[in-house]
Amino acid sequence: MEQTQKIATRQSYGEALLELGKERKEIVVLDADLSTATKTNLFAKAFPERFFDMGIAEQDMLSTAAGFATCKKIPYVSTFAVFAAGRAYDQIRNSICYPNLNVKICATHSGITVGEDGATHQMLEDIAMMRTLPNMKVISPSDDTQTKWLIKEIAKIEGPVYVRLSRLATPVLYESNTVFEIGKAVQIGEGTEASIIATGDVVAEARKAQEILEEQGIFVRVIDMHTIKPIDKEVIVKCAKETKKIITIEDHSIFGGLGSSVCEVLAEEYPCKVIRMGIKDTFGQSGKAEDLMQYYGITAKDIIKKVREA
Amino acid sequence: MKITEKEELQKIAKQIRRDIIEQVYVAKSGHPGGSLSCVEILTVLYFNQMNIHEKEPEDLARDRFVLSKGHCAPALYACLAERGFLPKEELKTFRQIHSALQGHPDKNKVAGIDMSTGSLGQGLSVANGMALSSKLNHDGYRVYCLLGDGEIEEGQVWEAAMTASKYHLDNLCAILDYNDLQIDGTIEEVKGLDNIEGKFKSFGFHTIVVDGHNIEQLINAFETAKITKGKPTILIAKTRKGKGISFMENQVEWHGKAPNEEEYEQAKKELED
Repeated sequence: MEQTQKIATRQSYGEALLELGKERKEIVVLDADLSTATKTNLFAKAFPERFFDMGIAEQDMLSTAAGFATCKKIPYVSTFAVFAAGRAYDQIRNSICYPNLNVKICATHSGITVGEDGATHQMLEDIAMMRTLPNMKVISPSDDTQTKWLIKEIAKIEGPVYVRLSRLATPVLYESNTVFEIGKAVQIGEGTEASIIATGDVVAEARKAQEILEEQGIFVRVIDMHTIKPIDKEVIVKCAKETKKIITIEDHSIFGGLGSSVCEVLAEEYPCKVIRMGIKDTFGQSGKAEDLMQYYGITAKDIIKKVREA
Repeated sequence: MKITEKEELQKIAKQIRRDIIEQVYVAKSGHPGGSLSCVEILTVLYFNQMNIHEKEPEDLARDRFVLSKGHCAPALYACLAERGFLPKEELKTFRQIHSALQGHPDKNKVAGIDMSTGSLGQGLSVANGMALSSKLNHDGYRVYCLLGDGEIEEGQVWEAAMTASKYHLDNLCAILDYNDLQIDGTIEEVKGLDNIEGKFKSFGFHTIVVDGHNIEQLINAFETAKITKGKPTILIAKTRKGKGISFMENQVEWHGKAPNEEEYEQAKKELED
């Protein structure tokens, strides 16, 4: 795993969507005046008749997508996570999830790694909000390969999906064309000192921590929990049984996200201590993504500290 | 089914009113006022205008209807029952546990309902999506969307109005049920929607003002909408909340309450042929 190439998952999304548009004529794409940032502009250029710029009107956009879905189109809808899950929550709840419509919400710029735009644009609650909605699947891919697989895969399944993407360029973790399974986490390594359960852009931090710890003779495993709903209960319980520590890490609030999901499973199935890493009960701030990750404690260094703590 | 006789359509409208009262009375809850104000609009759509088939409710080429003011479900259910999409008997289950007839329409529970609605302000956007899809596929179907006058206080309606105009959705016809009342009082008292026609005009709509209880005017307006090209149409239908029941007419308290036994008997009497 000595790959150093870095790609933001929003870029992978844009490229995958362009490919998908060639294969599936039912795909339509909606954006809210952010297509150059969400990378739907790649699709827009190739298929202008199937691209709809809804302007700065996210509520209208999500409900319009619902209308398309009732007519057997497969809408992919993009904007920043804070405007999709936050601004248009009621539209997602009542016009998409309640009627169980086939809308794919691909939200970019999630988490603290948005960086310089600051707190208003750093969505830290979307996993929590989206996973409580019946019929909704919530998926947070970790790298370029996984994102490209995912974007095509979700077109094959019926029903609403929330895909959580990042602005920050992060390392490519998987060989191209690796195949994954929705609802099935990826286990990397067999270490028993700790399980680092991670999702999204911080899986790369978990991998880095794993490598450094290995050099120090401490063997941990990394669980890439790309699907947060439905969560892979089996792997969580297995890790709790086989490893000394369970640590979760996410570029999201520690409330309601991956950490909470893992705790819910373990509280019922195999009660044990869980260390939740993520953004504590606070808003973010402006700054470089790397500096913010350090300040809020979601880097490889922070993981190593937690693993080594008694 | 296309009924053109005015008297026949008026007869159906009266039956729809009876069924609305029946549903709300049996359920002991619901929204009679706004359901009664849109009866002629729905009657003309379901029995004169829309290309729909009770035997093929999912036909992709059918016209679509979105009841954006979803709380007026009793009027929609009554029309669907009258058209044969569901058994009349089922109307008695309205709002009961395990009934398909939810308090607000659920598209997955009742054949003939094109969209689940209830949270106000979202229906016009949904209708836009349907109209865009029709244009994209050259399917040729038309999309109708009924809005409440209180409902258009929701900002999303105006986002949707801009979208309909941007994409020249001449296959879309919205109808505003302008009964002038909402829960907390008159429209003017609660929010103030001065010059509604001018507002929609400036958002790029072709506007037609009609008496929303006049069958002929409604038919003519829908026909004009069909031949209007390049822009969406909205019918601004002047109506009376609670229309047809003397003690409910233009009374704000009948927005969302059921009649007691005495009131029910009185209403039934007023709706006799």
